Amino acid sequence: MSRYYHSGLMPVDIDIAKVARLARLALNEEELERYRRQCEVVLEHAALVQSLLTEGVPPTSHPLPRTNAFREDLVTGSLPREEVLSQAPDRDGDFFVVPRILDE
Amino acid sequence: MAYEPVIGIETHVELTTDSKMFCGCQVNFGSPPNTNVCPVCLGLPGALPVVNARAVEYAMTIGLALNCSIAEHSVFARKNYFYPDMPKNYQISQYDEPLCVEGHLDVEVGEETSRVGITRVHMEEDTGKSTHIGEGGRIQAASHSLLDFNRAGVPLMEVVSEPDIRSAEQARAFVSELRGAILRLGVSDAKLEEGSMRFDANVSLRPVGAEEFGTKVEVKNMNSLRSLQRALEYEIERQAALLDAGEAVVQETRHWDEEAGSTSGMRSKEEAFDYRYFPEPDLVPVAVDDEWRKRVAQSLPELPAQSRARYVAMGLEPTTAGLIARDVEAGAVFESAVAGGGEAQTVANWLTGEVTALLRKTETGLAASPIDGAALAALAGMVADRSLSASAAKEVLAGVAAGEGSPEEVATARDLIQVSDSASLEPVIDEVLAANPEALEKLRSGDGKVMGFLIGQVMRATGGKADPGAVSRIIELRVG
Amino acid sequence: MGDLADLTVAEAAAGLRKGDLTAVELLEAVNRRAAMTEANLHAYLTVDREGSARAAVAADASLNAGKDPGPLHGIPVALKDNMVTRGLETTCSSKILSGYLPPYDGTAVTRLRDGGAVIFGKTNLDEFAMGSSTENSAYGTSRNPWDPETVPGGSSGGSAAAVAAGSALVAFGSDTGGSIRQPAALCGIVGMKPTYGLVSRYGLIAFASSLDQIGPLTRTVEDAVAALEVVGGYDPLDSTSYPGAVPDYRSGLDSGVSGLRVGVVTELNGTGIDPEVQAAVDATIARLEQAGATIVQLSLPSVEYALSAYYLIAPAECSANLARFDGVRYGLRRHGETVEQMMSNTRAEGFGPEVTRRILLGTYALSAGYYDAFYGQAQRVRTLIIRDFEAAYQQADVLVSPTSPTTAFAIGDRTADPLSMYMSDVCTIPSNMSGDPAISVPIGLDSSGLPIGFQVMAPALGEPVMFRVAAEVERQAGFDARAPYASSEAR
Repeated sequence: MSRYYHSGLMPVDIDIAKVARLARLALNEEELERYRRQCEVVLEHAALVQSLLTEGVPPTSHPLPRTNAFREDLVTGSLPREEVLSQAPDRDGDFFVVPRILDE
Repeated sequence: MAYEPVIGIETHVELTTDSKMFCGCQVNFGSPPNTNVCPVCLGLPGALPVVNARAVEYAMTIGLALNCSIAEHSVFARKNYFYPDMPKNYQISQYDEPLCVEGHLDVEVGEETSRVGITRVHMEEDTGKSTHIGEGGRIQAASHSLLDFNRAGVPLMEVVSEPDIRSAEQARAFVSELRGAILRLGVSDAKLEEGSMRFDANVSLRPVGAEEFGTKVEVKNMNSLRSLQRALEYEIERQAALLDAGEAVVQETRHWDEEAGSTSGMRSKEEAFDYRYFPEPDLVPVAVDDEWRKRVAQSLPELPAQSRARYVAMGLEPTTAGLIARDVEAGAVFESAVAGGGEAQTVANWLTGEVTALLRKTETGLAASPIDGAALAALAGMVADRSLSASAAKEVLAGVAAGEGSPEEVATARDLIQVSDSASLEPVIDEVLAANPEALEKLRSGDGKVMGFLIGQVMRATGGKADPGAVSRIIELRVG
Repeated sequence: MGDLADLTVAEAAAGLRKGDLTAVELLEAVNRRAAMTEANLHAYLTVDREGSARAAVAADASLNAGKDPGPLHGIPVALKDNMVTRGLETTCSSKILSGYLPPYDGTAVTRLRDGGAVIFGKTNLDEFAMGSSTENSAYGTSRNPWDPETVPGGSSGGSAAAVAAGSALVAFGSDTGGSIRQPAALCGIVGMKPTYGLVSRYGLIAFASSLDQIGPLTRTVEDAVAALEVVGGYDPLDSTSYPGAVPDYRSGLDSGVSGLRVGVVTELNGTGIDPEVQAAVDATIARLEQAGATIVQLSLPSVEYALSAYYLIAPAECSANLARFDGVRYGLRRHGETVEQMMSNTRAEGFGPEVTRRILLGTYALSAGYYDAFYGQAQRVRTLIIRDFEAAYQQADVLVSPTSPTTAFAIGDRTADPLSMYMSDVCTIPSNMSGDPAISVPIGLDSSGLPIGFQVMAPALGEPVMFRVAAEVERQAGFDARAPYASSEAR
């Protein structure tokens, strides 16, 4: 279902099931519908940004105008393995364990 | 219907920096699992990446070696998808503004040289490794998987070619040339069997003469140059058969099965390809100025293609030139030998033939062997002035390799030096001719076969030391 | 001397050095205050009794040995629970990190420890710092010490409540859209967001990377200065860290506002602001003028769109930042036949509704076909906002507004309507978008006895002039930032 806030703005029409899959969130039908409605309300407000003319305006990704933040190629050490694995929800010896991975 | 294959190759190269792309963990193939990880590469909450300066230089090196333009302003991006071997469930990569663009690599197939465009070279991070536990270790039948994050965060360069490749053979040559260049640059050990160099191919067919591209299929899981060629040959045939039968080629990712000798479709999820790229907010842009670029450009070593061209100009056959150019040590010895007066092709043939065989037997490298440019130059000189026959020279080589001394010393010690000067030979020849008047008559009347017999007699008389070529020439002069 | 828990950091520091009190005594006072107030306020998720006791003893020993590492030495400090602390549970007020023990300290935490601070505990927040009331915490909401039926603000509500109630002398929080300043305003204390890049984000569990900053919540402006001095400055572990020298925050602190130009932002004053709040703000502006400042009305038109742009940029970045919570390496894991199912089940159960909403919003705003119109456009609008601020700072040294459109609202008032909750941040979001510093100073109470906050904004690295004006506001207001904290024993 498409809804418009102003004419000329991109319609907000969320395929919420697809978005939930992309974000790995297992939501039931009722939840999906509720979130879809809530997101649409927020997005229609957020879509106000489209009323501003931004032709020729570059996007800002970083408020701080810095470039070339580098580190030297030095080995500074790693975490002790036990500490790494101690928080693992499932482990097998020195490995993390996960259920089978879908063919991808 | 005749089809033209259109092939592009995407290559991933792991760099041999000391530390990872975004953190100070060690880069080391073969460390015990999960011992080279830290909050950053493990994707722990609150951790932040910081770019490895050397990785940037190595990336620039690869780009410049591939004749790319280096971007003055280059940006990292997040490539978002969920996969258990990728701790952050996004990969820090480059999207809109990669470091290197618009280059090319010249590739030789047989006598023909072709130019394959390079679309881009960009920086990203490698993922961890998953081992699938279940039937046969294959993902499709696994019950669960084990994860090792040592490799997560290792600097990875992606090299994308234009779809300029037109045959499986050319594809193989392209990857081989790319690998040779990367090895020469010293930025990766490019071991296909260890996965420090990996490639995928995009293959489509179109009718010969057509301009539009056909539907492309991505082919993955080719772990050697040979399997690359085989996989592409198979895929080209498969697509041709489909098109001939009037069927459409499905755009999909196919997995090469080395044992079965075929590709098969993987389950593809349409959502899997929405990576939702956006500029990485935790990293600031890379700004490369003229001075930095020039410095890296000047530090580039000569690449195999350039060495090859130079060697051909020095008189080598192209194939031999290619073989020598591939090996930095062999190239150095070759050049030194030629500088010392050795004949180029002779020296090169020894290097690629005898010397290689000798080194393999003793399992030594050329650098550790007594065979050097001076030795080869001297040996070549002795063959040139005929004091050694070709077969004697091989024996001398073996002796030098075994540490018996210089070529002159070995030849003398093994009594291999042959006599070829007229002054020494004429008296002996005259004696033999005098002792064999019938043979001389036969020779005078045109019977060439008897020459062998006469030369043999001279060889006996000189204890095998006579240079057969010189003997033959002198006899001919005598005959008139 | 009254209850030590009511001291400011400056007073406590002076007392420590004079020998009038010890770090152990300070900590005991804070402990007692917490015991008294926590049942009502629930400011804390975790209190580190043993660790803080050890640190206090060490701080005293160190002082006695003649060492003096700085202004927070021996001072009990509270940390918002989205700052990783080694070996001390860090949850971001989420179920998905229940029981999580970080193997490292964030840089700000390290600097506090190195500075002799006594880390008392981790405070409650809106889950993953998303919210303006702390009601989104998976571990129960915190309450405002001025009226426990009202919210302390958010997302750093726990930190604000603790400082206002005296169960910490100073606290740290994070500010992405106002999450330090708004709770500070609602709880009647000082809270500031530094220039983006001034305080390292290494160890701050990321919400929106290009907007997040760690900052202090204190009872006085001077205390905020001291706190910033300890944690601020370049960190090579954070690529977005400002590499230059930090400003001298104290320069001109007590110089007053004579000769300074104070810009009143048209878009952030008046319309949409509670009349009592605006009246208090106007009175403060008038006093600044009397003290010698020149007042100018300035319009920053793109600021009208800051909230909209924020609700595209922040969710987009957070959708990627929170992808790492997948049940694989740490935190909650729920069952799934396949790893994909395991991840989806884990995240659906582990994340609360507000976090889920923002992840969905952000994923959508970045997805194919929508990027340019939503996220891309928001980034361009951000540039316009930055330009408007730059132009404004040509004409004014600081900009002012209310911190929050209203005073503390009742618990449950805005939870049904996400958009109404988002409006709480309309005055604070613009300086997150621009990356400039801003501070909230308490100036009085409304007719319900709830605190009102006054916001001073300054250009990037303009902390000195920001603190200078804030100090003057504080002096004039004469507001006592110690809440008549609700306790089981009513005062």
